[in-house]
Amino acid sequence: MEIEEVRKNTKLMYQGKPWNVDNAEFVKPGKGRAIYRLRLKNLLDSSTLDITFHSGEKVDEASISNQEMQYLYKEGDHYVFMNTSNFDQTFVTETQMGDKINFLKEGVLVNVQLLEDRPIDISIPVFVELEVVETGTAIKTATVTAQNKSAKLETGYSLDVPAFIKEGDMLKIDTRTGAYVERLTKK
Amino acid sequence: MPAERERLARIKSNLKRRARIYDIVREFFRGRGFLEVETPIRVPCIAPELNISPLKSEDWYLAASPELHMKRLLAAGYKQIFQVSHCFRKGEHGRQHNPEFSLLEWYRADAGFMDVISDTEHLVCTLMQELHAGNILHYQGQEIALDLPWPRLSVKDVFLKIAGWDPMADYNAERFDYDMATLVLPALSPARPTVLVEYPAAAASLARLKTGDNSVAERAEVFIGTMELANAYSELTDAAEQRQRFMKESAQIEREQGQVIPLSEPFLEALSFLPECGGIALGMDRLVMLFCDAGNIDEVCAFTEENI
Repeated sequence: MEIEEVRKNTKLMYQGKPWNVDNAEFVKPGKGRAIYRLRLKNLLDSSTLDITFHSGEKVDEASISNQEMQYLYKEGDHYVFMNTSNFDQTFVTETQMGDKINFLKEGVLVNVQLLEDRPIDISIPVFVELEVVETGTAIKTATVTAQNKSAKLETGYSLDVPAFIKEGDMLKIDTRTGAYVERLTKK
Repeated sequence: MPAERERLARIKSNLKRRARIYDIVREFFRGRGFLEVETPIRVPCIAPELNISPLKSEDWYLAASPELHMKRLLAAGYKQIFQVSHCFRKGEHGRQHNPEFSLLEWYRADAGFMDVISDTEHLVCTLMQELHAGNILHYQGQEIALDLPWPRLSVKDVFLKIAGWDPMADYNAERFDYDMATLVLPALSPARPTVLVEYPAAAASLARLKTGDNSVAERAEVFIGTMELANAYSELTDAAEQRQRFMKESAQIEREQGQVIPLSEPFLEALSFLPECGGIALGMDRLVMLFCDAGNIDEVCAFTEENI
């Protein structure tokens, strides 16, 4: 593809490796030649690379496909997913998972982006429902503001929740911020 | 649709200010005896420029600037003219670019490039007064002092100091553009406007060369902080030299990009009647960005290519 067509989040092959364009800056003096400054993030190991292209240059677009997969379990520092159409299993590393591991419980369906057959990223829902497995009582303070306390969810993720939350409650969590949204059920 | 409603509601104050800026700009030029003109957007010929890709419209082009037609008016005796028009440049996307954008151009007969630079200084100061903004422009966390005159730096001096070479003595287009974008512009004072003056003759385009020094073009560019705002020329009035420059540029475009840009014969014919004059093109969207403290062109345009 032409460098002119590259946008933020375009996926590229560069030096034999797949990259996500995290940022694309177009610099052009009115009469001068355009320069494209890209911040690339390696889709396999998350390392970053800053690189400059000139107008007229070409880059290779990475061919990415999407596949629905089921998260099965964690094995060592890999996460095992199963392709729901052909039952093939594939592994995603801890680095690739990033903080999405906080919101993933066994058995859920997610969308996995594949570069050829290699998983490079997964998409999880914006909101997920997770159960509280452990929480204490709120620390009493003199303030009248809402009191928060810490709670641990079934995925092992800990977050701040309101004082009325109890073990066994199902909570709605915003996966973009990792924050508590609301309580769904009360046991 | 809700996202679009929310977006357009959010930039409404900018679009109102934009309309006010257009009013002030028109008052400014009318008050100085300029005639507002309109020239065609869809044209059979454009000025060949290696680094400006035109958009085609059937066999014609969408204007990348109104320059050629405005000079034909000057050649017919119109002495002071201005125009705000939509122009098109293929592939120009970014925080300060949209392929369709608004350009303000004005021309003064019996004048040169520094006269239209002086107009620019007074235009921006008039906007500051009319918008009750004082002498300090607040833009993206930076205070920019606009009091006159704005510092002038010669391209030669600034390149010697910052890039470490003299583009007048040993011009290299690729190196010049790259160093300009990556070294020189980021080093300009963020707290003042800068006028870069006297470009290398090889980067003259439609500007005439300095009398007595053929290595220098009478061309200047205005930067507010580090944002490029306007490009001025003492206009070339020598039809033979202009034809030669167009043919050289066209040949390079054909060689490198495989495109044949036809020469505008009516323009080249008119050029022999063109009086000595100064002309300038100023990016209106960027002017509005400065006065709306907008970091992205999409905050001052209702619709850009991203959300058209």
